Amino acid sequence: MNVVALLVIFAFLVFAIYLGIRARSGRDMDLEQWTTGGRGFGTLFVFLLMAGEIYTTFTFLGGSGWAYGNGGAALYILPYGTLAYVLSYWMLPAVWKYAKEHRCHSQSDFFVKKYNSPYLGVLTSLVAVIAMVPYLALQLKGLGIIVSTTSYGLIPSTMAMVIGLVAVTVYVIISGIHGSAWTAVVKDIMVLAAAVFLGLYLPFALYGGFQPMFEEITQEKGAEFLIFGGDYPIAWFISSVLLSALGFYMWPHTFGASFTAQSTSVFRRNAIIMPLYQLILLFVFFIGFAAVLAVPNLGEEEVDLALLTVVRETFSPWFVGLIGAAGLLTALVPGSLLLMVSATILVKNVYGVFRPSTTEAQIVRYAKYLVPVVGLAALFFTLAGGQSIVILLLLGYSLVTQLFPAMLISLLPNAMNANKYGATAGILVGVATVAYLTITENNLGTLFPWLPQGIHAIHVGIVGLILNLIVLLIVSLATRGLVERERVTTAEERVRTRATT
Amino acid sequence: MKTIYLLGVLPFLGFFVGIFFANRVEPYILGLPFIMFWIAMWVVLTSVIMGIIYKLDPISREGDDE
Repeated sequence: MNVVALLVIFAFLVFAIYLGIRARSGRDMDLEQWTTGGRGFGTLFVFLLMAGEIYTTFTFLGGSGWAYGNGGAALYILPYGTLAYVLSYWMLPAVWKYAKEHRCHSQSDFFVKKYNSPYLGVLTSLVAVIAMVPYLALQLKGLGIIVSTTSYGLIPSTMAMVIGLVAVTVYVIISGIHGSAWTAVVKDIMVLAAAVFLGLYLPFALYGGFQPMFEEITQEKGAEFLIFGGDYPIAWFISSVLLSALGFYMWPHTFGASFTAQSTSVFRRNAIIMPLYQLILLFVFFIGFAAVLAVPNLGEEEVDLALLTVVRETFSPWFVGLIGAAGLLTALVPGSLLLMVSATILVKNVYGVFRPSTTEAQIVRYAKYLVPVVGLAALFFTLAGGQSIVILLLLGYSLVTQLFPAMLISLLPNAMNANKYGATAGILVGVATVAYLTITENNLGTLFPWLPQGIHAIHVGIVGLILNLIVLLIVSLATRGLVERERVTTAEERVRTRATT
Repeated sequence: MKTIYLLGVLPFLGFFVGIFFANRVEPYILGLPFIMFWIAMWVVLTSVIMGIIYKLDPISREGDDE
């Protein structure tokens, strides 16, 4: 029995909460202030911080776990962020300009103004919150894994997940968003150091280098393990990368964050620098590959344990504690953000639409009540299925990406062709398709076996996306007259009210 | 639509079309299996391509905001 690792992790949890309380009682330090304050830091420091930002439980535990369990298929994680930045070069300046002109504060505002429909805002908010549940679930799963692995089996994983949920909830309620900024700095530095160190140390210490490591893996598991094929063929790679790249900025927090930029040239410059940060993921893959032969006996549902298990087998408990603490922070920071964002959206952009008299203070209070509720939903979700972290994130993406067609078309010059009926119908069909295919565990191959083998494994999110777009265009076309009539009536009303006043 | 923007298609081609040719282990480059090297290389090339687009894009010369 060994509690050293757990003690180290617990110390970091207390430290993170302390940072949160301090940030709150002292001068408020929100994310915006922190980013502008970041300009005072040196270039290298800023580079390190931004590189650390891409690390969530998904990349740290999920990325290494997938490299361990599915080999080359994990490589899909590298390109999607890169391609999302390419798209952002054109997309974000357009979004930013519109949001500024029309004073939008959230993603929901954007859809409401673009399509002139408050209920479309409600729908997009609900879809975004539902998509965040699996995203949140994977953070909880990560927390559970960290606690149970570093307790050396003392705490069973279900109980560990409950502890994780309690930790995130307490953290959010005590510190709010203000705590995240400084905890994020600590997290970024720790995780970056952990990933780079382990990614270099393990392949060299255990195998004598990168190439020897991959050659040994090939000998043991065959060359197919390192490339795309089998359950994850090229069609899966292309569709999953595309799905995630298109959905990258559809999360309400990333979409909304783009509003805060000083000018549009920030986005254009980011598109050059940001792809390079993705390369750091290579180190995470190295950790997962190093675990393949070092800790070969993890079951199919335990792949996400790969990183911590190999660390536990290689290093002494206090170091295991440090790595576990880094992992804890990668789950705590995004987890708390997701919890807060989803609770706030539910109150502000859903409840608030039906009760416009809700005050700011009430919104904050109700959102706090909702935090444990959303957390419990995510916990239930985590316990219900044994999916790995990567599968959970892809599920979140297949839902949130359904907002992409409506957003993209609204930015095009001839946006007149799409209207609120089309957008609503498209999103509903897309989400329903994803939900149906996921719950019934179907894909194109099982539904339509006569389709060419090559496209059977296309991700269900892309199937939903295609139907979404078709329905959006057809319904928009069919309801064109209806929208035209509405426009005339509102114009007439306006004239009438002007005449009476 | 400026012609230079067409360069933005290259990263998509590099990943999505390139994968059909690059989905292999041999030859190892820099110690990495070929597919891993290919994807990492395109991440770097994407950064270079976006740099070229930025440099040649008249919008970025117009000053900060139009």
